[in-house]
Amino acid sequence: MTQTDFFTLLPAILLTLWACALLLVDVFTPGAHKGRTAFLAALGLAFTLGVTFLQPGEYTGFNGMVVRDGFANFLISLFLLTGLLGVAVAYGYLRRMGIERGEYYSLMLFSIVGMMLMAQATDLLVIFIALELLSIPLYVLAAFAYPNTASEEAGLKYFLLGAFSTGFVVYGIALTFGATGATSIAAIVAATAAGVANKALLLSGAALILVGLGFKTALVPFHMWTPDVYQGAPTSVTAFMAAGAKAAGFAALIRVFSSAFPALAADLTPILWALAALTMILGNLVAIAQSDIKRMLAYSSIAQAGYILMAFVAFGSDLARPVAISAALFYLVAYTVSSFGAWGVVISLEKEQGKDLQIADYAGLGKKFPWLAAAMTLFMLSFTGLPPTIGLIGKLYLFRAALQGGLYWLAIIGVVTSLISAFYYLRVVLTMYMKDGQPDVARETWLTATIVFSALATVIISLFPAPLFDWASRALLMVMK
Amino acid sequence: MTLELFLFFTLALIALVTAGGMVFSKSAVYAALNLVTNFLSVAILYLLLDAPFIALAQVTVYAGAIMVLFLFVIMLLGVETLRAEFDWKKIWLQAVLALALLVEGFVMLFQRMGQAANLPFNTASVLTNPSEMAKVLFTDYLLPFELTSILLLVAMIGAIVLTKQVKKRSL
Repeated sequence: MTQTDFFTLLPAILLTLWACALLLVDVFTPGAHKGRTAFLAALGLAFTLGVTFLQPGEYTGFNGMVVRDGFANFLISLFLLTGLLGVAVAYGYLRRMGIERGEYYSLMLFSIVGMMLMAQATDLLVIFIALELLSIPLYVLAAFAYPNTASEEAGLKYFLLGAFSTGFVVYGIALTFGATGATSIAAIVAATAAGVANKALLLSGAALILVGLGFKTALVPFHMWTPDVYQGAPTSVTAFMAAGAKAAGFAALIRVFSSAFPALAADLTPILWALAALTMILGNLVAIAQSDIKRMLAYSSIAQAGYILMAFVAFGSDLARPVAISAALFYLVAYTVSSFGAWGVVISLEKEQGKDLQIADYAGLGKKFPWLAAAMTLFMLSFTGLPPTIGLIGKLYLFRAALQGGLYWLAIIGVVTSLISAFYYLRVVLTMYMKDGQPDVARETWLTATIVFSALATVIISLFPAPLFDWASRALLMVMK
Repeated sequence: MTLELFLFFTLALIALVTAGGMVFSKSAVYAALNLVTNFLSVAILYLLLDAPFIALAQVTVYAGAIMVLFLFVIMLLGVETLRAEFDWKKIWLQAVLALALLVEGFVMLFQRMGQAANLPFNTASVLTNPSEMAKVLFTDYLLPFELTSILLLVAMIGAIVLTKQVKKRSL
């Protein structure tokens, strides 16, 4: 391992070592003080975030298997932020629900390492291992509240379907290898350019990889697991995986498709078009029928993935691709902060035995807890794409990218489904303010801090989007040679 | 008849008989043991083909790890005897698919016999020679190798977390 190799993977190496150390520290932490582990995990994440900022720059390591470019640095920072928010919402929740165990935080850190590698990998082999490293901790975390049957069911379902989808990825990688004789993106590009690659085989490989990554990002029709897993998993886990796993799936999807398969764009674009349209339509329509807030947010997260994919459909055009990637990155940030805020509100209302998780339970929140209701309103507006929120700005960028790619019909579908989504998002707002009820919330410092942070970020970035969007625009993929 | 040919026919016969025995035996344990013998004879066939690495991988992974897992599950669940009757009507689809696979294999075999493998890359030296394999594994593929070790660690932690007995929980 050379120095360049080390710097390429610096954030991932730091976090891996920290997660291992955390396991050892946790053994010697008495049961009543498990909060220390949470604090240490947050410290590790913050430290890694600091190092990532102080040590940016472009590196290629391990024979071109991983890179650290602007794109990776942006996403690494996002994943670390996701981790920090994830620790903050879990801290009080785990204690309240009686499932506080130190391994929770270690598993979370390992999962973040997997996410980072998904963003950095330039070799399909590494993407496969990163995908597993990201998923296996999430399977365990989803079942973390065992012997609660809903949580066990969530873990098992996620594991079985996740293993199934990984099979698709591996098969796709194998076919790509068969077509080009390589798993590294650079070699795939070279083989495609030289014309030695078998196109049918390569196309099948790309399609199968798309299926596997579509599962992680919860695109329709690979979304079946999402509502059940999001509902059954402990809510703090749901918040973490809704933001993190989706962003990581998109990270790999964007890098692989825009670096390795631009030559296949003519064949892949119609497939992506159909996936994006289906995801936006089905996600939003089915969300209307939900009465459970966790299921509603699950379908909402499916729909949000559709919007991100919409921008990326025209990835073959050199003009539209950079716009689409920066819009997708910006929207991932928007989605992460709004979604953590909304899940934070859900966590503060949730009671033991999964009580107070119906939308009807939010009645009267506006009167009794005006600030919490205001924050929830903000997050719902952000999901819909209404001012004054980051969601509006993010969606504008996505639509602009789609129009740049000439996807007029898809953009129209996006606008119409956004209108439909207003119905179920604003229904939550209506319930909070217009109906009477006596809701009760948990007051936990770090949970409140998360909600306040998310609310502030949602508003402030919408007023001053330029710095973040500039950063996203500069977050370019390294050109594979 | 050379020694090599004699060995091949013996091993092929053992492989065929044990494969049949695995399918037709009434006891799950006998079926599993037949499968082990099948794996071992195929492993020696690989050795005859000058592919020691694949042979040893076959022994350690299939005949070793996976078979132990099979037997473990069979004995743990107590399903040593298979009650299900062998009924052609129920498995006709599987039979057709297996037959199709067999025909496909023969066609490919006779079509490609004597030809060099038409691959755009050279894997022969890597696949046959364990030390070549190790060189590749610890240089070009060092990162995936190390990542796999972390992955196994995480899987182990997960298994421990999920199987530890807990007191009644409130969620």
